[in-house]
Amino acid sequence: MDFFTTLILLLDSTVRLSVPLLLAALAGLYSERSGVFDIGLEGKMLAGAFAAGAMAAVTGSAWAGLGGAIVVSVFFALVHGFASITHRGNQIVSGVAINFIAAGSTIILGQAWFRQGGRTPSLPGTARFGAIELPFADAVRDVPVLGPIYSELISGHSLIVYAAFLLVPFTWWVLFRTRFGLRLRAVGENPAAVDTAGISVAWLRYRAVMCTGILTGLAGTYLALAQNAGFVKDMTAGRGFIALAALIFAKWRPVPVMFACLLFGFLDAFAIRVQGTPLPLIGQVPVQFMQALPYILTVVLLAGFIGKAIPPRAGGVPYVKER
Amino acid sequence: MSAPYAKLPAWADYGLIPLVNLAVAFLVAGLVVMLVGENPIRAAAILIEGALGRGQNIAYTLYYATSFIFTGLAVAVAFHCSLFNIGGEGQAYVGGLGVALVCLAFDSVLPWWLVFPLAVAGAAVFGAAWAFIPAYFQAKRGSHIVITTIMFNFIAASLMVYLLVNVLKPAGSQAPQTRTFVEGGQLPKLNFLLEAFGLSVRSAPFNLSFLLALLAAFLVWVLIWRTRLGYEIRMRGFSPRAARYAGVSETRIVIIAMLISGALAGMMALNPVMGDQNRLQMDFVTGAGFVGIAVALMGRSHPAGIVPAAILFGMLYQGGAELAFEMPNISRDMIVIIQGLVILFAGALEHMFRPTIQTLFASLSPRSAGIEAEAGKGS
Repeated sequence: MDFFTTLILLLDSTVRLSVPLLLAALAGLYSERSGVFDIGLEGKMLAGAFAAGAMAAVTGSAWAGLGGAIVVSVFFALVHGFASITHRGNQIVSGVAINFIAAGSTIILGQAWFRQGGRTPSLPGTARFGAIELPFADAVRDVPVLGPIYSELISGHSLIVYAAFLLVPFTWWVLFRTRFGLRLRAVGENPAAVDTAGISVAWLRYRAVMCTGILTGLAGTYLALAQNAGFVKDMTAGRGFIALAALIFAKWRPVPVMFACLLFGFLDAFAIRVQGTPLPLIGQVPVQFMQALPYILTVVLLAGFIGKAIPPRAGGVPYVKER
Repeated sequence: MSAPYAKLPAWADYGLIPLVNLAVAFLVAGLVVMLVGENPIRAAAILIEGALGRGQNIAYTLYYATSFIFTGLAVAVAFHCSLFNIGGEGQAYVGGLGVALVCLAFDSVLPWWLVFPLAVAGAAVFGAAWAFIPAYFQAKRGSHIVITTIMFNFIAASLMVYLLVNVLKPAGSQAPQTRTFVEGGQLPKLNFLLEAFGLSVRSAPFNLSFLLALLAAFLVWVLIWRTRLGYEIRMRGFSPRAARYAGVSETRIVIIAMLISGALAGMMALNPVMGDQNRLQMDFVTGAGFVGIAVALMGRSHPAGIVPAAILFGMLYQGGAELAFEMPNISRDMIVIIQGLVILFAGALEHMFRPTIQTLFASLSPRSAGIEAEAGKGS
């Protein structure tokens, strides 16, 4: 039973840790499926987290924080779109630039506005997205096996957690069952064909990067208003890149993205839990190795040793109309 | 990439457009300063004073510039092969391991001028080795170099923390760093060079690796524009298909370009590790690998552009430190913003002002904007 409780707690923190990855990876999915590579997920998420923390601190409302985060993230996404769609700039360079601008400006503005060393003021519970107890969570707590699973693992997360997992089937539906999704995938594979059909390539891609902005804003909000009580500098700590890794790991498909994020979240949760204790069979595993594992796995995958990850064909290539 | 645009005279292409882009980047940075509630013109004055005001400050500026020349060259060599090496940060970090191992082994046995070439080799070999795996995967298995080098930055960070904490840390010490190198592992300072110009330098980490950086810049120019290998690198960068048709092995040239790039990034470690701190410590690279991207873009991947761009970023680093004293609202992180803006405007948006400038040129003198050639097409 002790093992079971530990497992439930481990899975519970897996869920918490994988949510920002999931939101960011789904964000990247829209952009990259439309042929716009985005290594600026990290920066947009960070900017979103800062905006959420700042807005919530000023207004005292979590929803205002969410709104602010989405506006700021979409703005950065549009900058990326402006550079890579309108001006046909290098998408990687633009993403790198956005990461730096976000990393620097969140600290500078945070320090100037709140004077707490780059963090936003600590938020009271009312200005955050708190845990939601699902119905009967307390009542079924004592039911063996299923009780703890329901009341610990499934219940008691914030609204954004449930939203994130609902966004997985939603994204699948949008991409594979709607006209917009069909066009979005087409523009990532063969923009000339989409153009020939009389649909604006640029406008489609702009809509895709706006979706990316909205979702990274949500990811940032989760970090600042649900997982923590306010913005802390550099709080994304490379999660944008792990999300990118998950996206590649999942070969740009929504449901596998969820499992990849859960896997990487589990590795993280597991590393925190086993820190310093030797494992059976393997012995002591350095924490650093566990931290590097998502990156190592992605490199191995990219090298084609576990199946092959093939990106959207038109990814990274600016579209030039024939003339 | 410039196909849709008519040609401009060379001085406008290589001088005017980068300057306009740079000016816009600094203008936006000025807006951020205003947003923080400070006067951007006063901030700029403090920054320049802090970077160049006294001999001491100039020495620090050049110390920072040394690192950026190496990482800028590293990014540039890969750019010429149309590879984007974002892994300079990790390669420099691992390069530091090469420097430290050489210094730890020989610092009490050999004089510095014998340790130095070994350390250069160590830095280059370790940096190149760290670039080799992404290069091999790109060349042989087609995995995207940008993603793999980003991943390798993180892997390098984890690896180095592990090594510093578990292997390299002397027994009984708390800080995750190696022991301090004795005399043989310390590079001589170059402050006397500045003092020869009548400037006074109290103590600054400006050291011999600056000259090595200038030498590397010259050698990169020779390599890229004066050797057969450089020609092959540029050919692969310009058109992989043409290179293949001309009998250049793509696998070979991609790997060689990345090895050179990694070696240059690794050599950056000489400057802080052997030239200043005289020990290997955690996070000694402090973003220099990423500054290299901005430097290479600003310098248009040419050593003659990279050296001044590196010095400009050295000024920003040193002047930014002074600025943080005078205006507590503007910490060193302001440089990260400027760096991002430079990458955005000089890199991703490099063509934004081109049509405007072209129109301007065309109205002033149609011939200079290549309008004649375009007219024939009737577009």
